[in-house]
Parts: sequence; structure tokens; C-alpha cells
Amino acid sequence: MPPPYAQHQPVIQPAILAFLLSLLGFIFASFYSLDLQWRALFSGTAIHTSADFFHGFLPPALTHAFLLKVGQATLETLAMSAVGTGIACFFGSALALPASGRLGTWARRATRLLLNLLRSIPELVWALILLIAVGLGPFAGTLALAVHTTGVLGRLMADALENLPTELEASLQVNGASPAAAFCYAALPQVLPQWMSYTLYRWENNIRAAAVLGIVGAGGLGQMLKFHLALFQMQEAATVIIATLLLIALVDSASFKLRHQFSA
Amino acid sequence: MSLVLTRINVHHHAAPGSNALLDINLSIAPGEQVALIGPSGAGKTTLLHTLACAHKPEPDGEFSIAGVHPWRLSPAKRHALRTGWFLAPQTPPLPPRQRVVTAVLAGRLPQWPLWKAIASLIHPREAAKAHAALMRFSLQEKLYERVDRLSGGERQRCGLARLLMSAANVFLVDEPLSALDPRLSRQTLAVLQDEATRRKATLICSLHQVDLALENFPRIVGLRHGRIVFDLPRAQVTDTMIAALYQNANLTKHTAVPDLIHTARANSSPC
Amino acid sequence: MSADFSCPPDPAWRSRVTALLIALIVLWPLLVASEFKPWQLFDKQSLDATGHFLRGFFPPAHSKEFLLLLLEATWQTIAIATAGLTLALLTAIPFTLLATETLSISRLESGHMRFISLLIRQTARWILVLLRSVPELVWALLLVRIFGLGPTAGVLAIALTYSGMLGKVYAEILESSDARTTQVLLRNGSGRLAALCYGVLPATAAELVSYTAFRWECAIRGSVVMGFVGAGGIGQRMDESMKMLAGDEVFTMLLVFLLLVACADFVSSFLRNRLT
Repeated sequence: MPPPYAQHQPVIQPAILAFLLSLLGFIFASFYSLDLQWRALFSGTAIHTSADFFHGFLPPALTHAFLLKVGQATLETLAMSAVGTGIACFFGSALALPASGRLGTWARRATRLLLNLLRSIPELVWALILLIAVGLGPFAGTLALAVHTTGVLGRLMADALENLPTELEASLQVNGASPAAAFCYAALPQVLPQWMSYTLYRWENNIRAAAVLGIVGAGGLGQMLKFHLALFQMQEAATVIIATLLLIALVDSASFKLRHQFSA
Repeated sequence: MSLVLTRINVHHHAAPGSNALLDINLSIAPGEQVALIGPSGAGKTTLLHTLACAHKPEPDGEFSIAGVHPWRLSPAKRHALRTGWFLAPQTPPLPPRQRVVTAVLAGRLPQWPLWKAIASLIHPREAAKAHAALMRFSLQEKLYERVDRLSGGERQRCGLARLLMSAANVFLVDEPLSALDPRLSRQTLAVLQDEATRRKATLICSLHQVDLALENFPRIVGLRHGRIVFDLPRAQVTDTMIAALYQNANLTKHTAVPDLIHTARANSSPC
Repeated sequence: MSADFSCPPDPAWRSRVTALLIALIVLWPLLVASEFKPWQLFDKQSLDATGHFLRGFFPPAHSKEFLLLLLEATWQTIAIATAGLTLALLTAIPFTLLATETLSISRLESGHMRFISLLIRQTARWILVLLRSVPELVWALLLVRIFGLGPTAGVLAIALTYSGMLGKVYAEILESSDARTTQVLLRNGSGRLAALCYGVLPATAAELVSYTAFRWECAIRGSVVMGFVGAGGIGQRMDESMKMLAGDEVFTMLLVFLLLVACADFVSSFLRNRLT
């Protein structure tokens, strides 16, 4: 076999080749098994239907009464995301302590298992479960966001705590401070900016989630959207979608500004 | 509190095979002021940490504080002893985004119940005491500044202000003057020694500035390669002994040997 | 040094009190708007309903037909995610090429891009922003209206949203890499695609693939959620079971879902670790 430098074609390792082939096979199998209506997708009727569908959105409904309702739903969605994220910040930081190993290994394992469970189940599924407990409305959405985000934030906060260098706390404890006091005076000041940043970043995610939780009955803009789409009131639905996009942009920018202020 | 070390060996944390301290025998009476000198890596920091019960010595030696053997006690009882001393590390252990007032008041934590500690985070209690401590180092203007906005020297003095806030009567101070100019060095050392004298506390201070050590401390302990080379009253410390201590060791500008001999002679005053 | 030796008052105290007051003033309407009534969790009716639902979990449904149905639904979810991501990838690539500044030929010469190139680039960026700003569930809801219930809507919804996300991040990765190799190739007359493949791609391939693997894992979660509006997969089955309050089926599906997510997480991390 000629030495590598004399070959003109790059040599692909057999392992990578096998991987790429199986990946392609996997993708092909996915498309095949789904029985997608490709023809319907690209046929004239589909394009016509889509065009008509999107055409029906214009002009978006802008009557005074309707805008008031949309405004209310926007506030509801904003409140859901803010209260849910706030609750999650509180419980997440509380759970971050045992999950970082500061209260023993068993506490760490148990808490991390709990946090994993909370964050593995999507917000929508939590919302459906909580709707049974508290009925329709934004409270179920708030709780769903709170529960899911506690899992996410708790894990992030615990990792941040675990990665802290221990010198500052140790120097307080070696001189007689209790572990709790040393935590408050040495660990917390170091980790708080990161925790705030995680929470604010999570708010950006949660405003999107809050907007769609209403689709299953948790109030806010999502519920309005489903309602109007079901009645084929496209123009009202368009307004709701625009309001959703504006709200998301607003929260994104607020979160960005606040994060910069905290890390200054 | 008297401190007695007998045949103490301490291993390096990172390299358990090698010894940071070898066969240390040291006895310090309450109220004494002792300077630790020696080249970098000699074991000064390890010795101070051992005295502060931050490093556990090998069991074949004996270590007692005021007659009590701390490593024979339960962890809880040993922790209760800790309020008696204060270890000030070389790099001031101050959280960067904390304000000076809170960082300094952390020295009072052993005396405070937890609710008071937490309340003080929101609205500093006993801020006047912190102010007074900082005033002794001419830093009172920085009371409400953030720690990361201070210079290295200011941060170092804040770490010492924290020491002043504590109720300790053994001061274990590691290189407190490394970031300070000569004038500030003398001023800072004077404050430390005044406080120690006032409280009748023991002061053990490691220094690179041998001239300052000889000027101000009645007892000098020289360390090299983890062993005590000499432990003498300052009048008996000769230039040859100092030169031998730092010979062939990593020389920094603080320990340039020829300068040391001349300045030590010029500055040492008769007691 | 000031002559006044008394301790000055804490300047942060006033701003802290103000911040607290503002927070309380803002909190009240938020709590009202979100109908925050925690005591509702503990009233008899809701406890009964919850208890009844949770009791229905045991024993979890495990009949052969049900498990086979579940297996099929799980595969459908994975297939939707994979197909959707593949389409997203194919869509994202041209957008990335358009949006990346590194590949701008007009910039090479003068240091500035021609106005028309700038316009095209900005438009490409804005399209990507629009695609990923609309929540994927909203896309799914709209697409179900057009294409009916079933996986088509799910695949398209993922394709649309994720092409936006992939496009943006690919552009960022390409731009943050060293531009010199690409510029040398462009200066010497190579086409944009060739410059991409031989210039930037070798250096950034690992990061690009890593992000794509991460997004695949997200797509799996997303496609489960979209099932709840009728886009197929486990999500749709779970929605049906919940409507029938069949707690045992829901529980099995939850377990399967957790297992699926854990496997996807494992595969994704495995790929990412092997690459970096």
C-alpha cells in the first residue's frame, strides 16, 4: 500500500464511514416510515391552501375592544412567566444547596434525582397534570413553569456552587465561623451573579413556554390563539401571534439589559 | 494561649510522599511576637496553617494549644477552639464583588448568631467598628467600596482589618506586606503589633522583608526546606546565618543576599 | 483624610429599600394576573381529583398491544425529530452561506460590503430571526390546520423553527473562527462553497456537529410536545390518554418518555464527547 502522502484522495477511516452510512440509513428510515405526504406538500392545492391560509391573516384585527382583550392576555402570559420563574429561582437555589453536596452525598444524590425528574418532563406535560389539580387558567401554567424551571435552575445553580473554589469559605471557617455563616459571606457573593444570570436567561425561555401553555388551557395568549384558530377567525389569530412575538422580544431585551447590569 | 509543637511532620497535600515540614519543635508563650523568615517554599505558610489547625500533622508528633491537643478532640470541639486564633492568608480571601464593610465585618462571624450574620448582609451591623478598624490602616474612605475596585495593597490591608475585628488572641499572619511600599509596610506592621500588644495576643508573622523582621520582632525563627534552622532572639541572629538561610534558594528581589546584610546592619537598633 | 471620624451611613441602604418597594409594587399585579392562589392546591376538590388521577397510575399499563403501540409511537417521535432536523439542516445551509460575513467576497476588496450584499445578508438574518421567534408549537398549530393531523405538521414545524436556530448558530460559529484561511481562498478566486468546505469547515466541523447533536435532542422533546396539538408520536397518544383520564397509560408513557429523553441525552453527549 502506497504511503499516505503519495495518495491523492483523502483516506476516510472505516469507523467514520460506517457511522456516516448508518446515520444516512437512519435518516432515510425516518422519512420513509413517516409516510409524509410529499405530493400534497408540493402540489398546487397545498400551495394554494397555504397561500389562502396565510392570506387570511391580513389585515390583523385591530379593534379597540379586541386589543384590550389581547392586552389582558399579554399581561396574563407575562405574569405567568415572571411568577413561575421567580418561584423557580427561590426553590432552585434552596435545592441547589443539598444538590451541590454541601449536606452530604445521600442528600446530593436524592436532590439531583428529584431535579432531573422535574426538568425531564416538559412544561406542557406538567401543565396538563396540574390542570387536573387546579383547573383551567393561568395558575396551572404558572405552576407548570415553576416546577419545570426549578429542575433546570436547581441543577445549574448546584453545578455553579460545586465549581466554586473553596478557599474563601475555608478561610472563614478556619477562623471559627460556622459553615452556614461562611456560606453566606464567602460562597453566596461569588455565585449570586451567575445565579441571577441563569434565572434571567431562563425567563427568556419561559416567556415562550408561557405563550404556548395556553394552548392546553393555561390561559394567556396561547388560549386565545387556540380559541380563534378553532373558530377560523384568522385575523384575530394574527393579532394574537403578533402580540406574542412582541412580548417575546420585550422580555428578551429586558432580560438582556438586566443581565448586563448584574454582571457589571 | 501557648502553642507547643513537638516533632511535628506535615505532608504536602498535593504530593503525599514529600514533607512540607520536618521534625518541627517550637514552643511559643502567650503574648510573644515571632517573625518567621526563610526562602520561598521553606514551609512558612504550612507552619502557620498547621498552627491554625488547617493542616493535620502526622500522628507521631504532638501539637498542643493552651495545653489542649486539638487533633484529639471531636471536630465540633475543635471548631469551638478556632475563635481563639485568626489566620490571615497571603492572598486576602475577599470575594471580589463584596463590599469592604461586609468583607471586614466577616471577622465578627464567630461571635455572631446566624440571624445577625444574615441581617448584616442586608444592612451592616457594627459598621462603626469596621470603620474604626479601616481607619487604623488609613482606608476608612473605602468602607462602602467593592473589593475588586481596590488595589492589591488596599485589599491586603482590608484582610488585616478583618483580623482586627476578630476576638482572637493568636494572630497567624502570612506575608502581610508583600503588596505594600516601605512606608505602608512599617505603618501596617506597627498597627498589627500595637493590637497584639494591646490584647496581649501572640503574633506569629511570616515575612520576606528580613530587615523589618529584625527591626521589629524580638524573636526570629528561620525555616529552610521544611526545617527550623534557627530559633533565636534577634540580637543573636547574625548576617552569616541569614545568608546561609537564603543561600542557593530561589532569590527574589526581596531576598537579594548582599543587600540584606547591609540593610540589616544599618537598621537594627539596640533594644 | 477627612476630619470627620464618625462612620458614614450605608449608601446602599436607600437603594435596597427602594428596590424592595418596587419589587413588591410590581409583584402584586403579577400575582393577581396569573391568578396565583396556592391554597387551591390544598382544597378538598383538587386533592380528590389529584389523588384519583395519581391512583390511576398504578399499576402502569403493560398489555402487549399497548406496549407495541407505544413502541410505534416512540419511533414516530424519533422519526419526526430526525426528519425535521434534516430538513432544517438543508434549509439552514443556504441561509448560513448568505448570512455569514466571512464569506463575503465584496468585503475582501474594499473592507466594506457592497450595499446589495449587505441588504441580502441582513434579510437572510431577519428571516432566520422570524423563523425561530415563532414558538414551534404555534407553527405546529398552524400547520395542523393546513396539512391535517399527523406527523407532516410536526416535521415541518421542527424544520421551520430549527432552521432558524441552526442558521443563526452556524453563522456565529463560522464567524467566530479564524477567517484568514477562507479569505486567502476567496482572494485566490475560489467559489464561496469551496471556500467554505476547505477553509472554515475543517476547523469548525466539530463544533457544528456538536451543536446539531444537541439540537437533535431538543427536537425529540419538541416533537413530543407537538404531539399534543395533533402532530403525531408519543405526545398525541399521551394527549388522547389524558383526555380519557387513563392514568395507567399516562404513567407508562411518562416512563417511556423519560427513558427516551435519557437515551437521546446519552447519544448526544456520546457524540459530542467523541468529537471534542
